[in-house]
Amino acid sequence: MRTISYSAAINEALHEEMERDEKVFLMGEDVALSAISPATAGLGDRFGHERVRNTPISELGFTGAAVGAAMAGYRPVLDMRRIDFMMLAIDPIANQAAKLRYMLGGQVSVPLVIRAPEGGYSQNGPTHSQCLEAWFIQVPGLRVIVPSDPADVKGLLKSAIREDNPVLFVEYRALYSLEGPVPEGDHTEPIGKAAVKREGADITLIGIGSQARGCLEAAELLAGEGVDAEVVDPRTINPLDVEGLAASVRKTGRCVVAEEGHKSGGVGAEIAASVQEAAFNSLKAPISRVAALDVPVPVHTKLEAIVLPSTEKIVAAAKKALS
Amino acid sequence: MAKSTSGLSRKRMGEMYRTMLRIRRFEETADDMYMAGKVVGGVHVSIGQEACSAGVCAALREDDAVLTTHRGHGHSIAKGTRLPEMLAELMGKVTGLCRSKGGSMHIADVSKGHYGAHSIVGANMPMAAGIGLAYQLEGKDRVAVVFFGDGASNNGAFHEAMNLCAIWKLPVVFFCENNQYAVSVPAEYSTSVDDISVRSKGYDAPGLTVDGMDVAAVYEASREAVAHARRGLGPSLVEAKTYRFFGHSRGDPHYGMYRTKEEWEGWKGRDPLIVCEKMLKMTAKQKKAHADAVETEIREAIEFAENSPEPEESVALEDIFA
Repeated sequence: MRTISYSAAINEALHEEMERDEKVFLMGEDVALSAISPATAGLGDRFGHERVRNTPISELGFTGAAVGAAMAGYRPVLDMRRIDFMMLAIDPIANQAAKLRYMLGGQVSVPLVIRAPEGGYSQNGPTHSQCLEAWFIQVPGLRVIVPSDPADVKGLLKSAIREDNPVLFVEYRALYSLEGPVPEGDHTEPIGKAAVKREGADITLIGIGSQARGCLEAAELLAGEGVDAEVVDPRTINPLDVEGLAASVRKTGRCVVAEEGHKSGGVGAEIAASVQEAAFNSLKAPISRVAALDVPVPVHTKLEAIVLPSTEKIVAAAKKALS
Repeated sequence: MAKSTSGLSRKRMGEMYRTMLRIRRFEETADDMYMAGKVVGGVHVSIGQEACSAGVCAALREDDAVLTTHRGHGHSIAKGTRLPEMLAELMGKVTGLCRSKGGSMHIADVSKGHYGAHSIVGANMPMAAGIGLAYQLEGKDRVAVVFFGDGASNNGAFHEAMNLCAIWKLPVVFFCENNQYAVSVPAEYSTSVDDISVRSKGYDAPGLTVDGMDVAAVYEASREAVAHARRGLGPSLVEAKTYRFFGHSRGDPHYGMYRTKEEWEGWKGRDPLIVCEKMLKMTAKQKKAHADAVETEIREAIEFAENSPEPEESVALEDIFA
């Protein structure tokens, strides 16, 4: 199979879905100029600047506008540049997009995709490094997707664009240059299905987004010490495939959950709670969490490394769970 | 402030009068139901502001859109929203427009181009811009009107939506009902300008302030703003000076808390229904004909709502995802 990068896979998905459905259009800050981001390169030239539309720095305005356009029959895809900027647009996402169908008794649907690149390891500091997907699993009515490799980011983005509901589509900046195999052609992935990324028998490592990579690297290191780790990626966290995760934990009896977001109230906390409800009798050790420390993400490389999760931290948590 | 020039036909004026009366009687009924404990949730009536709803919507086509606010019964009715299903929504019946899940603050009738009352102040303006964008992209000459109040004109959403509509020349009319108070806070305290319409200059868009108690003046200003949008020239900002005769909700009195009796009486003397009756030199017989027709509609709505069932428990878990 051919190999392409995570950002090229996003780009392919956008090209293919805009080609397939003329109701799909892209909107956001600096999306029209190819040189700005590899994820959107070439789209403005191919589809014109009506459908690949630069916006003012106006997150509340253009996100609300996307909700309106979605209600009126279009399928907007927003580019948030960074999830940190999306904080200016929580009202149209949480109060409007996610609730309108329910609140209006099913009269409308809101087929909107919000692409939200996020994350650290890039010395961008407290307001340009956050992972905020945990906030949004508290919002009923919103799909939340967290793809960790090129094949999933392409397949899930295509599915998200075809979904008749609002989707928060998280992209991990640390993964943008990651290369991986991606099938040719119309490759889609199902929303709501976890995937086993590496099979193993001794412990389950559940990795969200960038930390699915960390878990795969940790599994390699653990293999060198005779530990056979299974890596499972939930891929979507609303809906969360609890059964898919629990099935692995029933097999291994041990579990570490790793995420790049903060530990308190995090996605890992939700997964740990759900998995123990479903597989308590199979657990031989407490489920442990690896996450960013509960402090802002500092700029300095050395300090950032202290705050953010790492392969070593996942290995250490796994060893503790195995001891 | 623009007054009506009144070149309007009696027929058009009569229709707008009927709409205003329909709104007035619906909201009086809603208030009665609320006081009788038959409404689920809160109700914000727009009694006193009916000329805004009737005047604007008379300038619209059926395939145009409106978006409104927590005080949106009037706009809903003027855009053609069905009264029985609307009253049923207020009374918590499953036959309600939103299946009893939105209540008074989220009335919508998308089949009539009514894209919803939106209870977060200011939130409807960016959405109106998006509906305007959809209309522009599909290449048809449809228009979206967004209703909001003096309070919302101080919200960042107003600025962002006006700016988007201006740079993209979107077919959106921003209609500000300046009823002088955001709950208890006077506009003269909270707002940097006397006439909110002057803010249109910041977006290089037309702005006009009209007498919101004069339905003909509202209609004429709206017709111009809607035509401007339909021609692809972008947004306008119309401000109507108006007044709610009731409190913000039933939680505050008509006057005596943050509004004086004298002020209230001054505006009450300019009741838009009475202003319109005078303009039309309406006879007692004509008034009765309007009143009788509206009473029939109201009676039918009450009968429908009273006889409708409450939602089954399963309704709580429906309509989350498409």
